[in-house]
Amino acid sequence: MNIHEHQAKEWLRRYGVAVPEGQACFTVDEAVAAAERLGFPCAVKAQIHAGGRGKAGGVRLVKDMRAARAAAQELLGRTLVTHQTGPQGRVVRRLLVEQGCRIARELYLGMVVDRGAGRVAVMASTEGGVEIEEVATRAPEKILRETIDPAIGLAGYQARRIAFGLGLAKEQVSKAVAFLAGLARCFLESDCSLAEINPLVVTAEGDLLALDAKIGFDDNALFRHPELRALRDPSEEDPRETEAAAHDLSYIALDGSIGCMVNGAGLAMATMDIVKGAGGAPANFLDVGGGADAAKVKAAFHIILKDPAVKAIFVNIFGGILRCDVLAEGVVAAAREVGLRVPLVVRMEGTNVERGKQILAESRLDVIAAADMLDGARKAVAAVAR
Amino acid sequence: MSVLVGKETRVLTQGITGATGQLHTRLCREYGSQMVAGVTPGRGGTDFEGIPIFDTVTQAVRATGANASVIYVPPAGAADAILEAVDAGLPLVVCITEGVPVLDMVRVKRVLDGSPTRLIGPNCPGVITPGACKIGIMPGYIHAPGRVGVVSRSGTLTYEAVYQLTGLGIGQSTCIGIGGDPIIGTSHVDALRLFEDDPGTEAIVMIGEIGGAAEEEAAAFIAAHVTKPVVAFIAGQTAPPGKRMGHAGAIIAGGKGTAAEKMDALRRAGARLAPSPAELGVTMQQALREKGLLR
Repeated sequence: MNIHEHQAKEWLRRYGVAVPEGQACFTVDEAVAAAERLGFPCAVKAQIHAGGRGKAGGVRLVKDMRAARAAAQELLGRTLVTHQTGPQGRVVRRLLVEQGCRIARELYLGMVVDRGAGRVAVMASTEGGVEIEEVATRAPEKILRETIDPAIGLAGYQARRIAFGLGLAKEQVSKAVAFLAGLARCFLESDCSLAEINPLVVTAEGDLLALDAKIGFDDNALFRHPELRALRDPSEEDPRETEAAAHDLSYIALDGSIGCMVNGAGLAMATMDIVKGAGGAPANFLDVGGGADAAKVKAAFHIILKDPAVKAIFVNIFGGILRCDVLAEGVVAAAREVGLRVPLVVRMEGTNVERGKQILAESRLDVIAAADMLDGARKAVAAVAR
Repeated sequence: MSVLVGKETRVLTQGITGATGQLHTRLCREYGSQMVAGVTPGRGGTDFEGIPIFDTVTQAVRATGANASVIYVPPAGAADAILEAVDAGLPLVVCITEGVPVLDMVRVKRVLDGSPTRLIGPNCPGVITPGACKIGIMPGYIHAPGRVGVVSRSGTLTYEAVYQLTGLGIGQSTCIGIGGDPIIGTSHVDALRLFEDDPGTEAIVMIGEIGGAAEEEAAAFIAAHVTKPVVAFIAGQTAPPGKRMGHAGAIIAGGKGTAAEKMDALRRAGARLAPSPAELGVTMQQALREKGLLR
């Protein structure tokens, strides 16, 4: 789960991480009042779940009330297109109005779960404001790295090594150590999957401040963080993905014409691949899961058919726990209720497959049966072409 | 011959009183696995269809001589269940549970370092040595005893591969589902090493997917250490970057972990890439024929 910058900063403040004074605003008047309270210069920042806002014109530095009002008017309701939003962009529904600061240096600080090491890794670099992936390709030697032992947490010497490695002045090192300790505690205690401070600035006064903040949380750990669940912003999510999640289905919208319904994530990805290989384009990734029942299958059909681009549906099921007869009943019920407007190709294999095929045959639905995955993909592609 | 599990494996089920634990303990026993004990805290002294239930793993191991554990405990308690099994000194722990928090696995991994326990999973279908022992949720009947080892991050895609192999008359030594999470107990490399060292395994099917660098590491290991034919497939060739494809670990992040990179690394390491998931079986058939291992 991702959250907005203003939420991330509020969350970080709880852990003693230094962030600028600021306020989330949902209307122009709120933004103007906030700017007046915080004083000038201040920043008016569009809040969307995507990076690259600065370059896309989503961050304005303003020097007076008139400029603050103009910036808020321009940004609220505007569709911001950044390199992370895709061409359709994101509508700006809230702003962060934040006190300005005098910047002496811009640094990078990030924490991620290092899959290979099985530990949380801290990364820092003097290249603030630049994406870490870019630094990693261009100048990997500039990235400082420490891994956190989960039994100890971030050790003091590790934080000092980063602080000195960033070339911070002696009097800033203790501030950096406190900053790093707070960020590490935030990461470990609130089950983050990513925490990025880019840039981390050293101000002209010699203070360290998180000028931007991005935090992602592990969805699987949200059950133990009820406060975090409240920070979810559904308007930033694909409504079909949200609906799917409510039915415990895993769905991701793509831009092709063949709707796919599969059990298991690996097989679902492989089904997309084979559709592409057969000359078609998948409209989605959809994993109904191992324990799917007729109700889930029905919900899956609903979601697939909501996509107007879908011209055929390819159901590919390998029945293990999910039995083919249960699947077939779900397909028949869903097709009757939803009304099939596109050709349906079904490939089933596994537990109770004969009974499943019989149910489909007896339903008198116009189902195109496939012998195997490749046959199914080809038939779905042919159905779209017709 | 086989790896990890066989006729001698004595399995205890952690979370045996839950619906999933009951169903699969029953199915594994029907397959022929020795299901010797169950653990559910507070239910000690009772039994599930004749299988004795204990309050703690240590008690269960002492009383029954169990040497492997399978975990169906819900996500919030799964890491603790793994730690309990490690503490009891079990050599093999298979965690089926999906949805274990990543930082829980960071702590588990720390405890596994230097311990004699091998963890498979979490978020995996389990391990099966056809005809001898099945630990997990895979449908037993699609498997056949034989000499091809299978390792995979996916569940149903593995069933697909196994079904194709069995249909072509190619049996399996052991099939290992290593799981779709970012941090797992046993990696592709670990499984490849087991199969390479197993005299009962003649060839290996490896199924990977997008995300992380486990397949690239496997490729390096294959190039340096694997003498047996390897047939590979990487799922997610058409997956968009930045989106988690069902599995917590299946995500292209920061431009890394794409299927193209993984396939390229494997190809250069000498593995044979199946052109499509429907051709895993025939690709292996061809590899075995060329080696004179199949007529």
